[in-house]
Amino acid sequence: MLKNSLILVLIIGFAATMYSLFASYTPKENLSGVSKHYVENGKEEVGAANLVTAIVLTYRGFDTLGEVSILFLTAAIIGFFLKVEHGDSIVNEKVKRYSEILGTGAKVLIPMMILLGVYVFVNGHLTPGGGFQGGAIIASAFVLMFIALPHHTISHKVLSVVESFSGLGYVLIGVLGVVLAAGFLDNQILSLGTFGTILSAGAIPVIYILVGLKVGTELTGIISNLKEIQNEQE
Amino acid sequence: MKNIGIEQISLAFGFIILLLGLWGTLTQKNIIKIVLSFTLFDTGLNIIIVAIGYLRNKTAPIIDSAELQKDTVNKVVDPLPQALVLTSIVIGVGVTALMLVYVLKLYKEKKSLIINDYKDLKW
Repeated sequence: MLKNSLILVLIIGFAATMYSLFASYTPKENLSGVSKHYVENGKEEVGAANLVTAIVLTYRGFDTLGEVSILFLTAAIIGFFLKVEHGDSIVNEKVKRYSEILGTGAKVLIPMMILLGVYVFVNGHLTPGGGFQGGAIIASAFVLMFIALPHHTISHKVLSVVESFSGLGYVLIGVLGVVLAAGFLDNQILSLGTFGTILSAGAIPVIYILVGLKVGTELTGIISNLKEIQNEQE
Repeated sequence: MKNIGIEQISLAFGFIILLLGLWGTLTQKNIIKIVLSFTLFDTGLNIIIVAIGYLRNKTAPIIDSAELQKDTVNKVVDPLPQALVLTSIVIGVGVTALMLVYVLKLYKEKKSLIINDYKDLKW
């Protein structure tokens, strides 16, 4: 009873704080401060049509490197937690038979989903999207494969090699920025190209391809770990 | 209140979803539901951040037409909160995956998903 009333008090307190925040909120009319600088100079300084990408990968590129390493740490911890108990991946013989329609549909859909993911991260500097979104789409293709085609397995070795090399490539591009251009993760190590075309914005497409591969393989690795431990329990 | 636009509506929804998440984490007994409440909390916060960056009658910060290239500053919404939310969503995915794996390990240990059955850290 005491616990419930404490929870109630806490939630009412939170709600009151939020209501006062909501009531005192006045919409902004114009951009101000640092975002004004980003919008005004993003086109000349970075050359990416998608200003969000310009911020994520150049102005705040270091944050994104940290974000990628958080995702890597998560995948590593999950691999450590789930992998200790058994050695190589065991293909369970008693996996339920999948339905013919699901299997055939998945075989048609999976290549297209991977293609869509690649399209999304290659065009990250021009359209809404980018490495993280494209990587998530690729991982969802593999989720479909795990559900619909349970006898297919993917090699963890290939996954970790792709993941390691794309992470290394990301850091190397950052260091190249120090050597060839103004600073760490500067995208002007390649020429900025024509604004709005696919070969523009310097190193941004390269970085986003690497991020997309890394995110895709990491999420796939997490899901395949979860799937293997489930097979083992059955 | 006068002049209610989409930013006020999404701000209010963000606050409601955040409160729902808080309520869920504090009252639910099932661990999976607690994890779900955490993701609700996360989603509410992301909606609030994006809503704060919205400017009325302006378009997405993607310069994809010649018309938008002139006087961009007065035509697009704030791109900075969107970039921050992109980071926050990715980290949210990582945290959720980690929590679900902990739940899996807990379940293998005691075969129970009810939080009251785990008394090892209770005094």
